[in-house]
Amino acid sequence: MTVELDGVVKRFGAVTAVDGLDLRIGAGEVVALLGPNGAGKTSTVDMMLGLSAPDAGSVRVLGRAPREAVARGLVSAVMQTGGLLKDYTVAETVRLTAVLFGRSRRDVDAVLERAGVAEIAGRLVGKCSGGQQQRLRFAMALLPDPELLILDEPTTGMDVSGRRDFWEAIRSDARSGRTVIFATHYLDEADAYADRVVFVRRGRVVADGSAAQVKAMVSGRTVRAAWPGADEAALRALPGVDEVEVRGDTVTVRGKDSDEVARFLLTRTPARDLEIASHNLEEAFLALTADDAGTAGGPGADIGRGQGGALSAGGGVLISGDEREATR
Amino acid sequence: MTTITADERRGPGGGRGPGERRVPRWGGFSAGMLALELRRMARNRRTVVFTVIMPPVFFLLFGSNADYRSTRAGEGNLTAFVLVSMAVYGAMLACTAGGAMVSVERAVGWSRQLRLTPLTPAAYVAVKLVLAMVVGAVSVVATFVVGSFAGADMPVSAWVGCGLLAWVCALVFAAFGLFMGYLLPSENVMQVLGPVLAVLSFAGGLFVPVDSLGHVFATVARFTPAYGVGVLARAPLAHEGELWVAVLNVVAWTALFAAGAMWRFRKDTARV
Repeated sequence: MTVELDGVVKRFGAVTAVDGLDLRIGAGEVVALLGPNGAGKTSTVDMMLGLSAPDAGSVRVLGRAPREAVARGLVSAVMQTGGLLKDYTVAETVRLTAVLFGRSRRDVDAVLERAGVAEIAGRLVGKCSGGQQQRLRFAMALLPDPELLILDEPTTGMDVSGRRDFWEAIRSDARSGRTVIFATHYLDEADAYADRVVFVRRGRVVADGSAAQVKAMVSGRTVRAAWPGADEAALRALPGVDEVEVRGDTVTVRGKDSDEVARFLLTRTPARDLEIASHNLEEAFLALTADDAGTAGGPGADIGRGQGGALSAGGGVLISGDEREATR
Repeated sequence: MTTITADERRGPGGGRGPGERRVPRWGGFSAGMLALELRRMARNRRTVVFTVIMPPVFFLLFGSNADYRSTRAGEGNLTAFVLVSMAVYGAMLACTAGGAMVSVERAVGWSRQLRLTPLTPAAYVAVKLVLAMVVGAVSVVATFVVGSFAGADMPVSAWVGCGLLAWVCALVFAAFGLFMGYLLPSENVMQVLGPVLAVLSFAGGLFVPVDSLGHVFATVARFTPAYGVGVLARAPLAHEGELWVAVLNVVAWTALFAAGAMWRFRKDTARV
């Protein structure tokens, strides 16, 4: 396991930032930690990096204490804004990092190139744009050639092209098989770059699934109906169906073509009480992470497997049927 | 493995396994880091003005007139006497500035960034102390070079002895700078500390002899942190003042500032 978090708790005075968080991340995964501000993403990242210690629970990174993993260059990070000295040049900043990690000048040149800052190597950090500074942080993070790269809100404050360039660099790097965890509140970034999305709210994991599952859940519509003895296979065979779920007498179908599913259910089966709900990523995100959302179903609900009590909430049409599930 | 291009990586666990990675010696304290940090300090115009330009200029203003050159003081002339005081003042500014760098670095989050490297907090402080002392040495040498061309006269033993003592005893201000650096989370801590140091220099008899300002002042002055350094640094030239008071002064203030810096440092390390 690259990252193992067990029952991690972090408090700041009366505020509990991380509240019994469990998370396991394997080698080579690209994971998005998604949640609103104050959800506990940064606190979690800090503990993975050994910048703070949990009040309870344990944090292991590549089988070691985080600080030890950091000192060995096994894990590195691109943090939010700040953390650079204005009166160093780009190259000097990376060279200092290299000195600390015992790396050569050639390694410095290599990461400057890969992070896309080689042509501004001689520029003072204070004269670099926000995007350039972020790519410099990326160069520093690449230098120890880490097994795990953590990005904390890496594109905050960047313009559109800065964000695109930054992700371009990350994406081409991730092809090498590095494990990447990034905290973000940009849904499109999680959607485009992660193969696994972990929703965090109030310091707990409220949903965890592959990007594909998330997409299936949040794009298109959900058709729900009462159909005792439902024929799951027949539903799966319909065009555009992503997900079929049978619970007691209730069948839930998630897919892109709700009309086709509804027509099938009403004309070819004895199904009744049919409901159709539409939703998008933005709404799903809000429902999952809103502060007034119920916690029924508990933490760690897996998207797509229907244990997602956390999908309830007063989100109106949004996944409304799940409310019924949550109360079971 | 000679390069770390993406193509050559064999994925996590491949190539260089976790077991082969070593932690650098001495917590990351290295000549390479010192060199880069020195270069950065030299780039900071305010630091250069404070530490290398101001002390010699003060000396030229206060100590190089013809009267002083022809007045004897201990084994040299009064110009040399003022020169040593100004060298102490310079070393004091330089060492404080060096130590106070931690304030700026904490303010912008650089120390947090360094926590993502193998550099240990103790090695970081050691680097800052060495830097402070190097800049202090540069300041003393610059002041002495100007002084030697501007009429300061003293025996070679006094040039060497005074210079070394001014420099070594300025350690008290490196500790002071560190303490203040951890205490004040400001981006321009030297703007606060500059005037404080000027007052301390005045009270410590670096600008005017403390005896010339009355008995009460002279008594209080002996307990201020710049007093001991001044007396000790001038000792090889002037052979005056109570040396044991001066030694006690330097030791006590160094211990106090170091303890303060240590206290803040511990708090800081626990928090970040």
